[in-house]
Amino acid sequence: MRKLLLALCCCLSAFAHAALDPAAVRQLAAEESDDKIAAIHRLALTAESEALALLQQLADGTLKDDKGEDITINNRVRRELEGALAVLKLIDPDATVRIKAVKEIATNVDAGMAPMLAKARDRETDPKIRALLVEVHALATLKDADSKVRIAAATALAGSADPNTKAVLKAQSEPANETEVEVRRAAFRSYLEVKDRLTLAETIGRIFSGLSLGSILLLAALGLAITYGVMGVINMAHGELLMIGAYATYAIQGIFRAHFPAQLDWYLLAAVPVAFFAAAAVGVLLERTVIRWLYGRALETLLATWGLSLMLIQAARVIFGAQNVEVANPSWMSGGLEILPSIVLPLNRIVIVGFALFVLMLVWVLMNKTRLGMFVRAVTQNRAMAGCVGVPTGRIDTVAFALGAGIAGLGGVALSQIANVGPDMGQGYIVDSFMVVVLGGVGQLAGAVWAALGLGIVTKFIESWAGAVIAKIVVLVFIIMFIQKRPQGLFALKGRFVES
Amino acid sequence: MLRRNFIKATAVSIALAAAGFVSQPAVAADTIKVGILHSLSGTMAISETALKETALMTIAEINAKGGVMGKQLEAVVVDPASNWPLFAEKARQLLTQDKVAVTFGCWTSVSRKSVNPVFKELNGLLFYPVQYEGEELEKNVFYTGAAPNQQAIPAVEYLMSKDGGSAKRWVLLGTDYVYPRTTNKILRAFLKSKGVAEADIMEEYTPFGHSDYQTIIAKIKKFAGEGKKTAVVSTINGDSNVPFYKELGNAGLKATDVPVVAFSVGEEELRGVDTKPLVGHLAAWNYFQSIKNPQNDAFIKMYRDWAKKQKLPKAESVVTNDPMEATYIGIHMWKQAVEKAKSTDVDKVIAAMGGQTFKAPSGFSIKMDEKNHHLHRAVFIGEVKGDGQFNVVWKTKGPVKAQPWSPFIAGNDKKKDEPEGK
Repeated sequence: MRKLLLALCCCLSAFAHAALDPAAVRQLAAEESDDKIAAIHRLALTAESEALALLQQLADGTLKDDKGEDITINNRVRRELEGALAVLKLIDPDATVRIKAVKEIATNVDAGMAPMLAKARDRETDPKIRALLVEVHALATLKDADSKVRIAAATALAGSADPNTKAVLKAQSEPANETEVEVRRAAFRSYLEVKDRLTLAETIGRIFSGLSLGSILLLAALGLAITYGVMGVINMAHGELLMIGAYATYAIQGIFRAHFPAQLDWYLLAAVPVAFFAAAAVGVLLERTVIRWLYGRALETLLATWGLSLMLIQAARVIFGAQNVEVANPSWMSGGLEILPSIVLPLNRIVIVGFALFVLMLVWVLMNKTRLGMFVRAVTQNRAMAGCVGVPTGRIDTVAFALGAGIAGLGGVALSQIANVGPDMGQGYIVDSFMVVVLGGVGQLAGAVWAALGLGIVTKFIESWAGAVIAKIVVLVFIIMFIQKRPQGLFALKGRFVES
Repeated sequence: MLRRNFIKATAVSIALAAAGFVSQPAVAADTIKVGILHSLSGTMAISETALKETALMTIAEINAKGGVMGKQLEAVVVDPASNWPLFAEKARQLLTQDKVAVTFGCWTSVSRKSVNPVFKELNGLLFYPVQYEGEELEKNVFYTGAAPNQQAIPAVEYLMSKDGGSAKRWVLLGTDYVYPRTTNKILRAFLKSKGVAEADIMEEYTPFGHSDYQTIIAKIKKFAGEGKKTAVVSTINGDSNVPFYKELGNAGLKATDVPVVAFSVGEEELRGVDTKPLVGHLAAWNYFQSIKNPQNDAFIKMYRDWAKKQKLPKAESVVTNDPMEATYIGIHMWKQAVEKAKSTDVDKVIAAMGGQTFKAPSGFSIKMDEKNHHLHRAVFIGEVKGDGQFNVVWKTKGPVKAQPWSPFIAGNDKKKDEPEGK
């Protein structure tokens, strides 16, 4: 008897929730999921704030049993637990907590919740949450005994944009599940509305992922559009310049972690200029030592730069190791923006689309609005004449190549946020980059932009319909056929200097 | 003059060759060479580098205790760089130039398929430490990873059970090569035998090194939104897993809604990922680092000490996983077999391997099957925790015998449960 009392005391002190039923609390640590779930429901029914705190601890995995070991839960218990917590949180004063709670309930609603949801709906003041609650309440009453209630519920669900609701409405509109023809009709009308909304959302999602892929292709190819497109250097080491940008990002992240942990979230901003100049410096080195001796000799340039790319890969292996390194997304780039329940646009991709626009602007301004850009264009259009009027052609070549390399470095920063950073990451982008530049038309920046976006969106649409492997093949075949028909690419340069 | 020079030169070279011939066995008597064939660069380096370290650690452990039959083991490490034909080339180099007694290596099935003919032709011995698709039984290979009935099938059965969420629709997602394709073929047949309709199965593949999973996640969401409880079975291999799980977290696809069970993702692969949004997603293996028993504690400690001593990158946070344990078991079992056969001769070792047992870190006494070159292993299913470890939510009562020829593929019932030509 004393032992039992002692054990009970220990247990109580361990949990320190004297107000709650100790048996139910102890049952949370039960072996079987069924027992755990029963205990969760019993505790949730009390609606005490202690119960809420205890269940939250269980969900976070910090609750310990009387032996001091963590109580573990599986997905089934977690789902029940989250549902129970959401119900308790419906009365939370914080609106963001309430929104989350309603969304959680929506994934796992049953008819028994209807009165409670109606109460919450009538009490709710925030119009957005109220709308959600109306929907969830309708979901709960869709199987009501009264056919009028069912019709009202089916009609109320027309505003939903949730794929689960679509499935529920579809089932309700079938004679096997619903006897009343009126209810079926209402459910079917709502189903069509939800379906249209979801199809629209899907298309938006696809276009966005195409845009996102396009912006990545553009960032990867923009540097090449300058070195190959404008200068005519077939730079097989372009992918490695991307890699240098990505490793520069990694290095800056390391420095921030070690010295400015409080500002860690902003390391990416510091990485942008560093990556640009690191890649540009390597670009200058390559141009001065190897490439400038080979201008006009395409095959030799191709071989020499290929050799350089192997050397750069090996150098990265020696310095950073052969394994991929971890570049973390800053917290403001993690997670997603929920437009509709069925589409969440990942923040890191949104930021990258913006970044691609920024880099594009930068390049456009540099090439079209500055003296340097004018010189570069002059040299590529007519080298001899540019030299005659006093443009230092040799130096302009170096600067232009460095600019192309630096832009590749910026591409590397973006890639580090979504792809793996490793010594041979550049190899995967070199083919894509050349595809973009060749398709867009050599010698054109605008061509590269349209080609990148077009390839991105076409790839994503084929991918969603035939899979990633087929999409890659189809796009490659398409480009081969296109180049056969139109070797000059989408946009061809016009004028006298083209032949030279 | 010319002729005399020629004779002299010939005599000298013959003498040298003879000396070489004589001295070679003398060198070989000191050590036994052991080949390690794992990609240390390329897309598979994320998984395979740790296996090289485990093999070196185990060899050092054996050497410290006096080696094998009084001889020290000497590791020969080569890097096939995630390049499948290069695997065959490096395997040939290990067998003909380095004359290794045994090789521990490979991760992907395509690399194993690439080296199989080499080991067969030169009668070498390979220990393959990773779960795979079965449908193969080579005399020269011992498989210390799981066959489909020791990993894939129990995982799917768990997801079908009440505790696993009673999944009714299935997405089979993988990298495009032999292992995922074959595993999914077996799973498809298994699901059909359980009454799952064709329309409730979606199969999807990506190339090696794929890094853009937006479309696939969107497709999974759409598929899951069609009314029935959906689960994803992932056989994605290599570093593509990092962008896949990042995208999964960003898109807010939670394990309570659509659980993802992975067969090639363990503690090591999750090291580079923020696992908080991934809590509850699953993996099926024959070992998890979180399993508590004295053998495992010793194994984890040994690897941590090794990482510190070797100054591995991020040595303070190294983890152990299933293929590492399988490598560890394989090397120890090979040692036991050599000692039983009293020889490193491949045929004698193969004969001595059957029935070997080893007290493994997974907490069971693991046995090599007498006939079929596979281990009897227990199956665990774990859920990802916030710290990147796994929490075991289901396990078999004891070790399960491997079925390399899955009964869910037609014609397999006639195949023998032991390698040809043994």
